[in-house]
Amino acid sequence: MERLQSPDVRGIAPNPPVLAKGYTYDAITEKISDLSLNPKLTRGWLGGFSIAITLAGCMVVAIIHLLFTGVGIWGNNQPVGWAFDIINFVWWIGIGHAGTLISAILLLLKQNWRTSINRFAEAMTIFAVACAGLYPLLHTGRPWLDYWLFPFPNSMGVQQQFRSPLLWDVFAISTYASVSALYWFVGLIPDLAVLRDRAVKPVARKIYAILALGWRGSAQHWRRYRIAYLVLAGLSTPLVLSVHTIVSFDFAESLIPGWHTTIFPPYFVAGAIYSGFAMVLSLCIPLRKAYGLEGFITARHLNNMAKVMLAMGLVVGYGYAMEAFMAWYSGSPHEMGMFINRTTGPMAWSYWALIACNIVIPQTLWLRRARRSTLWLFIISIVVNVGMWLERFVIIVTSLYRDFIPSSWHTYVPTIWDFAMFFGTIGFFLTLFFLFIRYVPVISIAEMRELSHEVEHGHH
Amino acid sequence: MQNDNQTSNRKALDNPSFTEHLANKTGRQYWRGLEEIAETTEFREMVDREFPEGASEWLDPVGRRNFLKLMGASLALAGIGACAKQPEEKIVPYVKQPEEFVPGKPSFFATAMPLRGYATGLLVESHLGRPTKVEGNPDHPASLGATDAITQASILGLYDPDRSQTVLSRSRIASWDSFKTAIAAEVGAWKAAQGTGLHFLTETISSPTLADQMRQLMATYPNAVWHQYEPAGRDCVREGAKMAFGQYVETTYRFDKAEVIFSIDADFLLTMPGSVRYSRDFSTMRRTAGEVKGMNRLYALESSPSVTGAVADHRAALAPAAVEQAAWAVGAALGVPGVSAQGSSPAVDALGKAWIPSLVKDLQAHRGRCVVVAGDEQSPAVHALAHAMNAALGNVGTTVVYTDPVEANPTNQAASLGALMQQIDSGKVDTLVVLGGNPAFTAPADLKFAERYQKVRLRIHAGDYNDETAYLSHWHLPLSHYLENWSDARAMDGTVSIVQPLVAPLWDSKSLHEVVSILNGTPSATAYDIVRAYWQGAKSAPAPAAAPTPGDSTAAHAAPAAMNAGPVASIAVNGDFERGWHQALYRGIVAGSALPPKSPTLNGGWATAAAALLAATPAGADAFDIVFRVDPMLLDGRFANIGWLQEAPKPLTKLVWDNALLVSPATAKQRGWKTEDVVEVGYKNLTVKVPVWEMPGHADGCGTLYLGHGRTRSGRVGNDVGVNVYAIRTSDAPWRAAAATANKTGDCYLLVTTQTHYSMEGRDIVRHGTLAEFMANEKFMEERHHEPEIVSLYKEHTYKGHAWGMAIDLTACTACNACVVACQSENNIPVVGKEQVNNGRAMHWIRIDRYYEGDAAAPAQHFQPLPCMHCEKAPCETVCPVGATVHGEEGLNEMVYNRCIGTRYCSNNCPYKVRRFNYLLFSDLDTPSFKMMRNPDVTVRSRGVMEKCTYCVQRINSARIEAKKEGRMIRDGEVVTACAQVCPTEAITFGNINDKDSRVAKAKKSPLNYALLGDLGTAPRTTYLTKLRNPNPELEKGA
Repeated sequence: MERLQSPDVRGIAPNPPVLAKGYTYDAITEKISDLSLNPKLTRGWLGGFSIAITLAGCMVVAIIHLLFTGVGIWGNNQPVGWAFDIINFVWWIGIGHAGTLISAILLLLKQNWRTSINRFAEAMTIFAVACAGLYPLLHTGRPWLDYWLFPFPNSMGVQQQFRSPLLWDVFAISTYASVSALYWFVGLIPDLAVLRDRAVKPVARKIYAILALGWRGSAQHWRRYRIAYLVLAGLSTPLVLSVHTIVSFDFAESLIPGWHTTIFPPYFVAGAIYSGFAMVLSLCIPLRKAYGLEGFITARHLNNMAKVMLAMGLVVGYGYAMEAFMAWYSGSPHEMGMFINRTTGPMAWSYWALIACNIVIPQTLWLRRARRSTLWLFIISIVVNVGMWLERFVIIVTSLYRDFIPSSWHTYVPTIWDFAMFFGTIGFFLTLFFLFIRYVPVISIAEMRELSHEVEHGHH
Repeated sequence: MQNDNQTSNRKALDNPSFTEHLANKTGRQYWRGLEEIAETTEFREMVDREFPEGASEWLDPVGRRNFLKLMGASLALAGIGACAKQPEEKIVPYVKQPEEFVPGKPSFFATAMPLRGYATGLLVESHLGRPTKVEGNPDHPASLGATDAITQASILGLYDPDRSQTVLSRSRIASWDSFKTAIAAEVGAWKAAQGTGLHFLTETISSPTLADQMRQLMATYPNAVWHQYEPAGRDCVREGAKMAFGQYVETTYRFDKAEVIFSIDADFLLTMPGSVRYSRDFSTMRRTAGEVKGMNRLYALESSPSVTGAVADHRAALAPAAVEQAAWAVGAALGVPGVSAQGSSPAVDALGKAWIPSLVKDLQAHRGRCVVVAGDEQSPAVHALAHAMNAALGNVGTTVVYTDPVEANPTNQAASLGALMQQIDSGKVDTLVVLGGNPAFTAPADLKFAERYQKVRLRIHAGDYNDETAYLSHWHLPLSHYLENWSDARAMDGTVSIVQPLVAPLWDSKSLHEVVSILNGTPSATAYDIVRAYWQGAKSAPAPAAAPTPGDSTAAHAAPAAMNAGPVASIAVNGDFERGWHQALYRGIVAGSALPPKSPTLNGGWATAAAALLAATPAGADAFDIVFRVDPMLLDGRFANIGWLQEAPKPLTKLVWDNALLVSPATAKQRGWKTEDVVEVGYKNLTVKVPVWEMPGHADGCGTLYLGHGRTRSGRVGNDVGVNVYAIRTSDAPWRAAAATANKTGDCYLLVTTQTHYSMEGRDIVRHGTLAEFMANEKFMEERHHEPEIVSLYKEHTYKGHAWGMAIDLTACTACNACVVACQSENNIPVVGKEQVNNGRAMHWIRIDRYYEGDAAAPAQHFQPLPCMHCEKAPCETVCPVGATVHGEEGLNEMVYNRCIGTRYCSNNCPYKVRRFNYLLFSDLDTPSFKMMRNPDVTVRSRGVMEKCTYCVQRINSARIEAKKEGRMIRDGEVVTACAQVCPTEAITFGNINDKDSRVAKAKKSPLNYALLGDLGTAPRTTYLTKLRNPNPELEKGA
């Protein structure tokens, strides 16, 4: 166990702590639960929330227009049947990955630095999956028939076609969404009980009481809680790998040059984790600043997350390199054409921007100074998020818009409704996140107390 | 409410009571005061009496809707109409059902579509009395079972809700009765004046009955004058024949006997009348699918790229003047008497080194088996030269057949129209009756037709649209569609077809026969009676003095004698008229009515006259010439309101919903233009602004403009689409404006195509080789494109029973678009409009890809029709999550629209990108007349559903029912897809590949057969036959 060297969270100590010194159980509880129970209506929160909910309103308008007019309001065409809809879907799903990875895999690996970030990372996962889920449901030509994707007894002759990766997607995403939500909720129970006990307002107390499911903190509760939590962690762990693997099958199973690639599953998972960590950073850096949580989310956390990002970035870089290599090695004029077109064609800007965002700029993370600079980390996290969005753009659009038969080549131009929907889901995500910050402990109180004990006294 | 200057005429023309009622009111007051007026009983009475037939519109949901839409000005009247209680309607079922009338089973009727004076024989499919699909009549010489795209689209023309629906008097709704009443007084006056001041303007007429009626009309009004004008007319052909032979003759070509063809800018495969038949004959001599007996060889000179040039073995792109010089050089080299080379230019000199000598040698080696064809747009001198060359090569009577003209009254139409204008100026025209056509839009700009037309006291227009001319007329009379009324017409070889209607007029229209009959003082005759009476020969037709045809005094004499007495051919069989009539209706042709061949002799002095004419045409070396051509889809603009044709990509540019100034890339570069730059083209003080389109293979130093765009009153579809280039087309330069100006304006204009990329990128897409290579080694293509064997881990599925497949012969395809439009008609495919095409959402189930190869100045052009490949291992099927696209047991890749939720994954995964998605509600589900047009055997797709070529599964199923009833397999040829059926060159073969004797199975056995993207392992059922060319070995190395 690391020893605490300095209370200075921004200190240059080689190994900063996972929890600043001086936090007692009470202090932890006070600090975190106060955010939920006695939230100050700060100008920052109010401003951010207004922007977020305005954008979410855009999304609602975009969805209503979509339902009444059809997917033709977007820029999708023949041959580019999928564009912003699936780009954003994959992007959001990828973002969700960090939450599961942090809370499940790092839990199993007993990485105690995960404790202070897992709660909102998990929340981020759920919100991201909610945003992601909107796209496949809305991108169909007849969204009111989406329920045909689920196996249900019917007399219409509607039957699912299990060879289609889209159907695998349906199960992968719905499993992922439900397990993530359950996991998050189970983890919340002790904290909800804390809020119930500390809440003054009767309504809040009532709601927290219902949600706390009668938690009393008895040893028996803790024992069962621990088991349930670990089981769910165990369930979530394969999901981290499976969900994005299956999402990647949407592409890998097809025969379109640029999609038909065996490297996609690991490459997609790495990309997902990459973007997920970037999003966690993008969210936690302003959060810890705004709410003074530097003591809980320390430089150590940022440093570790930067390292994960760097590693994942390299895996993704390997993926890009292999795509290039296979284009050449396949000897297929179509594969080669795809790669040349990506790198030199009319949409080459997207490829090179992607390389810059995902490969070149994040290399600065090799420098400790870069990993210690919250500003730089924040910038990089945004850059990587943009890069990962571009990656999906490159994979989906630049593969489709020029495939086998040149006569069918046709460019793709997004419409205002594509952007309305995209920024709308960002707004929706942020709206949920702002509400989360306000009503739910953003950091696990129970686990932080545990951590503080561990930090003070070492492992039991 | 149209023009104040017409007020003075109003009393004379309108129903008096109506006129009096409104005489003291201006338009504004009229509308404002409507409610008060409507309260009065007189007004109600007047409306009832004035619009007895209009009133029936309110009962008819078709009529009512469009009536409302189109007659915006009559909105207020509509309010009155809606107040009236609708009478009860009785529905009466068949008490005794006609024997052949089975609901759900279509019947076919033979008829013919007249266009520009020539008929194409058709068999039209009718579902419960509604014509739904046009097919060619295999017995008809101009069709042989095929049609072109325009004929296919005529069915949409029939149901076009913008077609003129009611008689208009000064743009106000009137009735036939009111017209008849009004005109009765005029008829008396005309008769009294012997027709002085009465002028008729018609299009080219070949209908024997109409010709006879016109003759009677001229007999009734001896001083009346009959003018003719066809905007894309064949004046040059007529005058060329006259120059060569001293008389008008009809020239038809027998490409099925021609081994070497020299085309002087002749687009005989697409826009020349007779192109459907010519395409068939041409491809017969090029067919390689069966046993290879050799191929014809086509040499083409042209300025503006045409599909004929695109399939030529040797093509030279020359500016218009150089085309003439080159033709003369060929004529001189052939040793045509009296011909010596005329002028020279570097381009022609370059051709003179090898091209022309090789051509001449080839022609001379094929005396009597070659043909020289001059384009309709070439000057009379070139036509005369072509006649002389054909005579010198011994082609007359073998590959070139001369007959009397098919048209009733051949004349120089430009002169005829010019004379009309002069007489208007001199005040001699009191009444002008425009019988068909739209001269206000199409007349040469220098004649200022619209301006002069309005100087005429009484202007009557009969036409199928309330168009530019109708707007300027006192009376507009709606003409019936050819599928709505009786008529007759002649094919290019003179064969007569009776045009029988498939449906009663949808709206209140009459045929031209009836209109002429009204003008002739017999207002009650029906078209049926008129046509029958003519063929019965009942009319004693006194041969009048031939109609005075101003502008060309000899024209009248050239009218064939046959036109002057009785029917042009006997329809009776063994003296039995009824039997003969029925047979003619049944077969669609009058047997033995083709004109006999004749052999006119060349005028001695033709060469001098031709040379003089050539010298008169300015041929500046550096000048920018404008070449006018009919639009390959819209022709002269009469089809502008037909969405199928607007959206059918033009064969070479793939442009839709627009025209452009087509120029070569070199010319564009030299002048600093780019595609979509707007330039102002000027000719003789006339200007028009038009966007540029860089077109590889265009001759340098000139530009092409397609006619037919920029209509202002064609209807909702065609208005303001493209640029009206008639604005700079003058009567002295109908096809070629020499020394025009063209300057960049700095503006930009979006041009939309269905194909944005024209290179094959070195991929194995269109395979092509030469006949010589093939003769040397049949399997040369297979050896060149080695394909790895595709091994599957699974046991291959065997198809028992039928296995449907298609073979497309790339040698034969001329990119005429007939299949594209036929498919659209058969399969209820919607039109999406320019914006959606630009978005990449065109819906055609079959597309014709066009690729360029080689030098941009003289590229090779390849066409590839691409329907669904119906892969045996279809990538689309495995990815659909809801099983909406599945494999049929006969190998069809089937779409289940009801199951489709629209994920579009199938389309993404289709390597051929043949799937089409309804991104929006593209089908027009509201317009009632379109509901009648649709094929009831094919689902109309709604928004959010994927669709694609089905191999016309509805046709397979209807054949299957017949076969099952007889307990047998479906025979070869029993199922023909719409694209295969319509193809003029029979490039598409469809059938059961399990039947070894079927034509498609045989085609697929050819060593030229290959699967597109076969290395993907999709095992497509649609395969291609390698394109073969037959270049002259002297001109092309390795050929």
